Amino acid sequence: MTTPEPVITVGNLEMGYGNFVLMSDLTFTVNRGDVFIIMGGSGCGKSTLLKILVGLKPPSKGQVLHGDVNFWHTDAETRESIQRRFGILYQSGALWSSMTLAENIALPLEQYTKLKPDQIREVVALKLALVGLAGFEDFYPSEISGGMKKRAGLARAMALDPDILFFDEPSAGLDPVSSRLLDDLILELRASLNTTIVIVTHELASIFAIGNNSVFLDVEKRTMTASGDPSKLLAAPPNPNVHKFLTRGENQHA
Amino acid sequence: MMSTREQSVPPDSRIHIDRYDTDTLVIRLSGVWKLDLELPSTASVIREIESQQPVRGVILEDKGISGWDSGLLTFLVKIVEHCSTAGIEVTGNALPEGVRRLLAMARAVPARAGGKKEGRREPFLPRVGSQALSFWRSTLETAEFVGEAAIAFARMVRGRATFRRSDLALLLHECGGQALPIVSLISLLVGLILGFVGAIQLRLFGAEVFVADIVAIAMVRVMGAVMTGIIMAGRTGAAFAAQIGTMQVNEEIDALKTMGISPVEFLVLPRMIALIVMMPLLCAYADLMGILGGFIVGVGMLGINPIEYLNRTQEALTLTYFWIGLFHSLVFGVLVALASCLRGMQCGRSASDVGSAATRAVVSSIVAIIVATAIITFLCEVLNI
Repeated sequence: MTTPEPVITVGNLEMGYGNFVLMSDLTFTVNRGDVFIIMGGSGCGKSTLLKILVGLKPPSKGQVLHGDVNFWHTDAETRESIQRRFGILYQSGALWSSMTLAENIALPLEQYTKLKPDQIREVVALKLALVGLAGFEDFYPSEISGGMKKRAGLARAMALDPDILFFDEPSAGLDPVSSRLLDDLILELRASLNTTIVIVTHELASIFAIGNNSVFLDVEKRTMTASGDPSKLLAAPPNPNVHKFLTRGENQHA
Repeated sequence: MMSTREQSVPPDSRIHIDRYDTDTLVIRLSGVWKLDLELPSTASVIREIESQQPVRGVILEDKGISGWDSGLLTFLVKIVEHCSTAGIEVTGNALPEGVRRLLAMARAVPARAGGKKEGRREPFLPRVGSQALSFWRSTLETAEFVGEAAIAFARMVRGRATFRRSDLALLLHECGGQALPIVSLISLLVGLILGFVGAIQLRLFGAEVFVADIVAIAMVRVMGAVMTGIIMAGRTGAAFAAQIGTMQVNEEIDALKTMGISPVEFLVLPRMIALIVMMPLLCAYADLMGILGGFIVGVGMLGINPIEYLNRTQEALTLTYFWIGLFHSLVFGVLVALASCLRGMQCGRSASDVGSAATRAVVSSIVAIIVATAIITFLCEVLNI
């Protein structure tokens, strides 16, 4: 068994808006190759935590280490170079509506690589083919379905062959079959590329199907109250709130 | 018999092609295959495959690949696609597992036929036809919208329109009080410009004092209203179109419709009332600021006595001019409100559509203002007022 290699280490993190403390004392580690789930009820701060991890919002207190770099205390240039190793799939896909799918995927390649236009076209075609959208290069986001937007967003997130992929509610707005297909895609990417994957979700089916590590944000206690493999947390819940969440509030007397 | 050829390509990625038997080639890959490196072209490999006819099979092998990313995948996808088109069987069992899995993923769903839109330009006549139809549809939509707005206004007069009074109060504040700084600045500057331009010409005849007449008549009769209209088109019209457009994107307008609430009454009517009420007031204020601008030039630059300047202004102005100016502004208020709300309601369902709606609102409002000014000026001439 190989020793886990930490890629993100969160220590004593506190997050909030103004004087309002949303969550405090968050301490956890995401290891290379993990499919790490950030879970919790609505309004607990899952998306805010994701924003802190990817550099969109600074924490109130505490630290986030990407590798051994203190992400929020390093200089802007280093932070940007770390961010370039991220791929992020936003809840709505967040495709740029005035650009075609090909242009959406090509933009980061044009910005951060020295590839020639025909090489960029090849990479774009590959990324779209990987998410099952081969031939959709010239479509605009408004011309495709919600599930396809998510997959196109994933293709864009993978444009620069990221080390870490972040997903914000990937199943939101998808039918169960599309949601399952997206989960399969995530697992396949992880198996093929050994990409570390961090997912914000409260979809139990996805949590148990793909997660191998997690943190549970407790909206009542305003801190994390569990971490580890979601299936193990279900088998031996460390507290009633985790049990309630992982069983959708059913079997509360079990 | 076995032939061996080796291509050396900088810096590390290498291709080694062997003929395995009479009709099978083995392509062995080694080194680092990453996008940011100078990778070998597939053209040479494809040439090699074609020159070695007849080839019925290609075996792809890992001969020590020490690093890879999308660079290797794009390379392999091209070779596999070429072979598949040429009916050559490709085996990649000896490639790294991740590469094999991703190649399978990339080829799992066939490319959508006809997905690419390049070269699908419509011929000239159908384009003219569809433009004409689209213009006709747009004209009908505009007429329908104006009709609905008129009905909503009539319902409001009878006290039966559905809208929130608090929304109206907020809109009155946004259209009125919040617009004062920009209206002050622009009107003062327009007054100054009119004063300067007039002064240069009048000085030739020693009639500088008449600069007060030029500024007062121009501002009060038309310029105050036109400048206020253009400011409101750019400031408030764009905001109205963006607000309603965003509501269209978020399906808020659909929600109003399904609840039986008329979006025209709920959204357009308060905006129209706010502009109809505020535009004449802003226009009167702009007139005053313009006259102040002229006063600054007349008194400060031309040395006209302040009392004399004010007397000339008073003599030059009549109530008719003032009413004509206010009439202009009232018409502009209706036009800006209708044009901007119409563009907002016609907005598509994406972020860029909201931007287009705001732009179209400003353009339509300004065009409507200029056309209306021309018509009113012509009517005043005909009526001799």
